[in-house]
Amino acid sequence: MIEKDALKSLDEKKKNWEKKAEKLRQVKSRPRFITVSGEEVKELYTPEDLKNFDYNEKLGLPGEFPYTRGIHHTMYRSRLWTMRQFSGMGTPRQTNERYHYLLNHGQTGLSVAFDLPTLMGFDSDHVRSLGEVGKCGVAVDTLADMEIIFDGINLGEVSTSMTINAPASILLAMYLAVAEKQGIPFAKLRGTLQNDILKEYIAQKEWIFPPRPSIRLITDMMSFCTDHVPQWNTISISGYHIREAGSTAAQELAFTLADGFAYIEAAIADGQDVDKFATRLSFFFNAHQDFFEEIAKYRAARRIYARRMRDKYKAKDERNWLLRFHTQTAGCSLTAQQPENNIVRTALEALSAVLGGTQSLHTNSMDETMALPSDKAALIALRTQHVIACETGVVNTIDPLAGSYFVESMTDKMEADAEKYLDEIDRRGGVLKCIDEGYFQREIARAAYRYQQEIERGERIIVGINDYLVEDEVITIPILKIDETVEREQVASLRKIKSGRDNDKVKRTLDDLAMAAKGNGNTLKAMLDCVRVYATEGEIVDTLRPIFGEYIEPPII
Amino acid sequence: MTVLEKFLSGDQAALARIITFIEDRQEKYREVLARLYPQSGRAVKIGFTGPPGAGKSSLVNSIARLLLARGHRIGIIAVDPTSPFTGGALLGDRIRMVDMPTDGSVYIRSMATRGSSGGLAAATGNVATALDAFGFDFILIETVGVGQVELDIVDTCDTVIVVLVPESGDAIQALKAGLMEIADIFAINKADRPGSENIVAELNMVLELKRNKIEWDLPVIATEAINNKNIDRLLEKIDAHLGYIKTSGLFEKHRREQIKNKLFGVMQFHFNNLIRQEIGRITDLDKVISDIYEGKSDPFTVGESLLKKISGIQPLH
Amino acid sequence: MSEKIRVLLAKPGLDGHDRGIKVIAAAFRDAGFEVIYTGLRQTPENIVNAAIQEDVDAVGVSILSGAHMTLFPAILNLLKEKKADQIILFGGGIIPDEDVAALEKSGVDKLFTPGATTEETVKYLREAVAKRKRDEKII
Repeated sequence: MIEKDALKSLDEKKKNWEKKAEKLRQVKSRPRFITVSGEEVKELYTPEDLKNFDYNEKLGLPGEFPYTRGIHHTMYRSRLWTMRQFSGMGTPRQTNERYHYLLNHGQTGLSVAFDLPTLMGFDSDHVRSLGEVGKCGVAVDTLADMEIIFDGINLGEVSTSMTINAPASILLAMYLAVAEKQGIPFAKLRGTLQNDILKEYIAQKEWIFPPRPSIRLITDMMSFCTDHVPQWNTISISGYHIREAGSTAAQELAFTLADGFAYIEAAIADGQDVDKFATRLSFFFNAHQDFFEEIAKYRAARRIYARRMRDKYKAKDERNWLLRFHTQTAGCSLTAQQPENNIVRTALEALSAVLGGTQSLHTNSMDETMALPSDKAALIALRTQHVIACETGVVNTIDPLAGSYFVESMTDKMEADAEKYLDEIDRRGGVLKCIDEGYFQREIARAAYRYQQEIERGERIIVGINDYLVEDEVITIPILKIDETVEREQVASLRKIKSGRDNDKVKRTLDDLAMAAKGNGNTLKAMLDCVRVYATEGEIVDTLRPIFGEYIEPPII
Repeated sequence: MTVLEKFLSGDQAALARIITFIEDRQEKYREVLARLYPQSGRAVKIGFTGPPGAGKSSLVNSIARLLLARGHRIGIIAVDPTSPFTGGALLGDRIRMVDMPTDGSVYIRSMATRGSSGGLAAATGNVATALDAFGFDFILIETVGVGQVELDIVDTCDTVIVVLVPESGDAIQALKAGLMEIADIFAINKADRPGSENIVAELNMVLELKRNKIEWDLPVIATEAINNKNIDRLLEKIDAHLGYIKTSGLFEKHRREQIKNKLFGVMQFHFNNLIRQEIGRITDLDKVISDIYEGKSDPFTVGESLLKKISGIQPLH
Repeated sequence: MSEKIRVLLAKPGLDGHDRGIKVIAAAFRDAGFEVIYTGLRQTPENIVNAAIQEDVDAVGVSILSGAHMTLFPAILNLLKEKKADQIILFGGGIIPDEDVAALEKSGVDKLFTPGATTEETVKYLREAVAKRKRDEKII
């Protein structure tokens, strides 16, 4: 990257510089110089750090192997990232209204947040759902709820992302059934399911069945979509929650990629052709506060993925070497104190995602440590993306930080650290084995505890938490309250659906699903029949539970 | 009403208080134990030991459910290590024992070792006595499981189950290290994992030698606690072992041995306290230590003479 | 002998966000407490039953799902019903100020919200346990 003579002259200059710096080092503006992940950062990066750097091998051109600089040839000059704000709350009707509001304000994709009972496979009238219905997202019990959520929205024209994991097949089946009713062919549907059950065991912990049958539900879905819903992204392999649970950036990167490779291996073992399904896998990363560390993470992710897809999994189609990803700014970086500061945090995090080449982005609202976003906070969050896209100039050129001594060194280090973890996971017998043994869970819990201790020792300053406090602060931003009547309304509408449907048909389709699950039938296909006759999500899960078993967490503290 | 009276009337919250009292060795705890002891002796005590991650808690959970279904009342003691650095402990065994009935038919207590190193806490035996006196039919005791032989369990239980997993590839090593001496039954848990048949076969081979010498056939059962597989077979073997030790007289022999050890333990405890209490009264300990340090005397001679002064006992040689 | 502080940490409700409660568990262990952790998605009934069996000084509950106004009162009522209200109930989570005030008034001893340090929590629990008197005769 740099000529020998220049390096030599730099070396001499550095000796001189070192003498001057030595004295100044006695004074430190910060107690330690570490990243959010606890990695030491040097005070200066120079061409010496990139001595054997081979541009073509490490970076190449955008849209070309190894895609470090981005997956498209022209990146944001041709097309901005998708601005996709995750939302959903209360009843299906309220969610439908929020979607119309966001679409009218320039949002370009929908993203559905479900409530906890829906995520865990309980109907709204289940005893475990008490107090939780409609709280963290929208409640969905039957196809009727999905019909209301997408009322007046043409499913052939929007792309929809659904954040659902353990019961993902059921919700996809409902979405497909809504499309049928709208007269839209499956082949025209675009969207993404999160459907990443592995990270549930690792980090988010919204599971139902044990890992092995859960993987089977996923491979069934992948094969159904390959045949019938070819534009649908079946899994969004998520590091977001791993990071939120307290992991470091390198752990987020490595564990997420390891999960991705585990799905790929499972589908290959199921007899599927990697070139047929891999284009529909995408990733989902966190954008945390350490600006350069995050950018390095995204760049390293693309490089590792491209190499493995080409060399290890032998994908022939170049499109399968691309790591496409969605980013969400870090919820765990937000503070309840001086919540307006969260707007600034989110903006900086979003900027790192854009500089890292994200394909879509969710920016958090300032009030998320207190409640679901108010309309005002949600709009500011969306406008943050508009400001980055239109006013900062960062979209003018592709991967503007490439060639920075620091960013390239950090990208290399991130890659090496992630590779080390990937080797360790292999050594331990693979992702499922590591989940069984609680390896990921333990690594993350330790990192989270270390981070908290660093804050409490004052080695890390979080504005408004351990410095720059405001005494007797009064929170003045509006806080959204979920109406406590939502639960009653939702339970009433569920009862109505149940009393109006053909229960014989429901029983027949559920029996067929049980048969498929016990044998080799495609479970998604069977679920589609169940939801068409308004079987509830809970009934479908209850049908599968005795066949697949239930997951119990390992005691990792 | 005193807590002890409530205990005797069957109040589980009072049992819990009494256990804390015993565990913390609060004033008069020996008096409480003396009152409870005569009511104990009826319960069967089953120990579960083995390396960490072998699934001991899950196995205890599954066995407890079968015993509950037979109408028995179950007490469970799960021991986890105390951190030697902070004195604190994380007790997580209950995670594997969720959704147990809350009707009083089962009682679970988590204990920290509090410095004890034999796999149980120093107070575990006394806590078992309290559970026994409270009227539980079975007491299931799970050791820390640090991977080494945990002998305390033998001294506390009637039947000891050693839990291993297929990955314990060094099972044979573990046997050589003494697990064979304490096991009455082997459970190879997580038997759905690769290597399970091998370890069962290997174990059977090694055990053949010992089986020839005793009447009990030292069974090896492959279980899957999480999927509830073969738990019934494990319970059958537990029944069989209890039957065997009762008819062969080993049960009584073993319990008498336990009483002897307990008796010695109690005396030792008092004696240690006595020495600590009296030593200051009969001598200037600092001076004695200085003399030994300066080479004017030695710990052996001084130790004997001090012991004589405290107790009038002539030490044995 | 010493009387150890024993505390049960529990996670009721359906959410799986256990980062906070695990950090607190580790901090309590490091402070010398015995921490009983019962895992995710415990019903109020399971929590209270475990608290009584373990004879803990306090129960700490973490809720981030928004169901706090249902779950805290349920636990409080069960503690009272089972005559175990000498056990201190405290908690943490994403809980708006007005709900914190209402819950603390109804008998939850203390609620921590985002930004609280482990040090504060440890100090709080030591003092709360020390303050509490048990009115009982063992024998």
